[in-house]
Amino acid sequence: MSLIAAERIKLTSIRSPWWCAAFGVLATVGVGSISMAGNEDTGFSGVPSTQLGYGLGMAVVMVMATLAVTTEYSVGMIRTTFLAAPARGPVLLAKTLVVALAAGLVGLLAAFGSWALGLVLMPGRDLALHGPAEWRQVGGVGLVYLVAAVFAIAVGILIRHTAGAVALVLTWALMAESLLAMIPGFEPAARWLPFQAAKQFLLGGRPADGAPLTEQPWVAMGYFAAVSGGLLAIAIAVAKRRDA
Amino acid sequence: MIETRGLTKRYGPTLAVDDLSFTVRPGRVTGFLGPNGAGKSTTMRMILGLDRPTSGHALIGGRPYEDLPHPLREVGALLDAKWVHPNRSARAHLRWLARSNRLPAARVDEVLDQVGLTAVADRRAGTFSLGMSQRLGIAGALLGDPGVLLFDEPVNGLDPEGIVWIRRFMRDLAAEGRSVLVSSHLLPEMALTATDLVVIGRGRLIAESTTAEFVEGAVTSTVRVRSPQLLELAEVLLRAGIDVQAEPGDDEALAVAGTDIARIGELAAGAGVVLHELALHRASLEEAFMHITGHDVEYSAGGSAGDRNHSAVLAAAGR
Repeated sequence: MSLIAAERIKLTSIRSPWWCAAFGVLATVGVGSISMAGNEDTGFSGVPSTQLGYGLGMAVVMVMATLAVTTEYSVGMIRTTFLAAPARGPVLLAKTLVVALAAGLVGLLAAFGSWALGLVLMPGRDLALHGPAEWRQVGGVGLVYLVAAVFAIAVGILIRHTAGAVALVLTWALMAESLLAMIPGFEPAARWLPFQAAKQFLLGGRPADGAPLTEQPWVAMGYFAAVSGGLLAIAIAVAKRRDA
Repeated sequence: MIETRGLTKRYGPTLAVDDLSFTVRPGRVTGFLGPNGAGKSTTMRMILGLDRPTSGHALIGGRPYEDLPHPLREVGALLDAKWVHPNRSARAHLRWLARSNRLPAARVDEVLDQVGLTAVADRRAGTFSLGMSQRLGIAGALLGDPGVLLFDEPVNGLDPEGIVWIRRFMRDLAAEGRSVLVSSHLLPEMALTATDLVVIGRGRLIAESTTAEFVEGAVTSTVRVRSPQLLELAEVLLRAGIDVQAEPGDDEALAVAGTDIARIGELAAGAGVVLHELALHRASLEEAFMHITGHDVEYSAGGSAGDRNHSAVLAAAGR
């Protein structure tokens, strides 16, 4: 508990996470509103059509999560952290928990903000949260941001350098997966890409490119969480072995 | 109390720390002395569980650092003053440190006051001068009121006021019964601060003794004699069984070792030799330190043949 409290102080006592959070919410709502205001045919209708901006906010929280680790490494502060808490597994897990929860909170604010704006911009559509599916499509954004932050932290621990880790996280989440899915003959493998699974969980049905991994959105989410959790486990194991 | 036993760290083909065993006792300031690159920082990082030894171990109060449940309450360390987030205030930095080891938040203000940073506690640590960063690092080390303290080159880059402050500070900490290990590559600095010395070169232990003993053993004094009748004087001294060497860089002087200054004067007077100068020359601590660690310097310059001869002679003579 004391490690979690310490990590919370770390995250909230510098300005950049606050800026990231605010920017993440605003950017998501803003991008979402563009497609909603245009009332264009995005291939989605109903509640999912309010959440098309989620990718941008996710990129922002992933940058925030990566920085939470790599700035500690780049200024050497990770050693101060390990001096205060020599058991590296617990302290890295505490950091992950705090940062991922913050990312999830940003996701919830962004998602319900977008949804509320959708009620205003698209009054003709049925955007009511009728049941679990609709709640998942909005509230699930928080869960996706949370797990995406875990993914980013794991990459941050492994790479340690800010520029490299941010570049890898962003190109993978925003570009590489879509590009891989477009390679002819790669479709069967493309559905195993974690961020495609996250997209499927949120927007339902089949992703725009490639066959779905599963028809069950929660199975897709579970797969995304398992990949990120596995990556974090590897990262912590590596961090334990390494000289700080 | 810090004990290292057979501590060894190998980076590929390089042996950074080689079978190092020493003890740091309570109530003493132990100077950890060695040239740059001798392995001091690596040793301290291994003591603190940051680097993993290739073999051997280090214990603090009988336990490895990783086994301390709240390490900041038992060990305070300042290895690098820049290990803080530049955009976090000094107070927030100490707050998270205190929280991580379940220390009362009131300790933060106490240590800020102790190191004289209260006025700038809410400024971002990145705006601090080196001296202020060092003080913040010391505040972090003192947070848990630990019985063991480690400082790596704490006076590097400090102004004279800061140096005097740190010296007195470390002596006060030891006087309160704490074990203090402070590294430096400067023997004169250590002679002013440390009561005990652990001297290493190329990762190996060279000496472990009190500072007084070490300095006494290291510093050889010679007597410098100038005379217009140098040959006669040399003969007189050699007949008396006294070792005589030519003073380097001076044709009219001798360097005499192993006897006291009065006896040389008496011998010269007895033989009717005129003296122009008779002076005690005490080797500086720097020279003494170079003698002892001379051929253990990791990154020695290419050096001329003369230099190598010099250190070979010293090695033969001194060790």
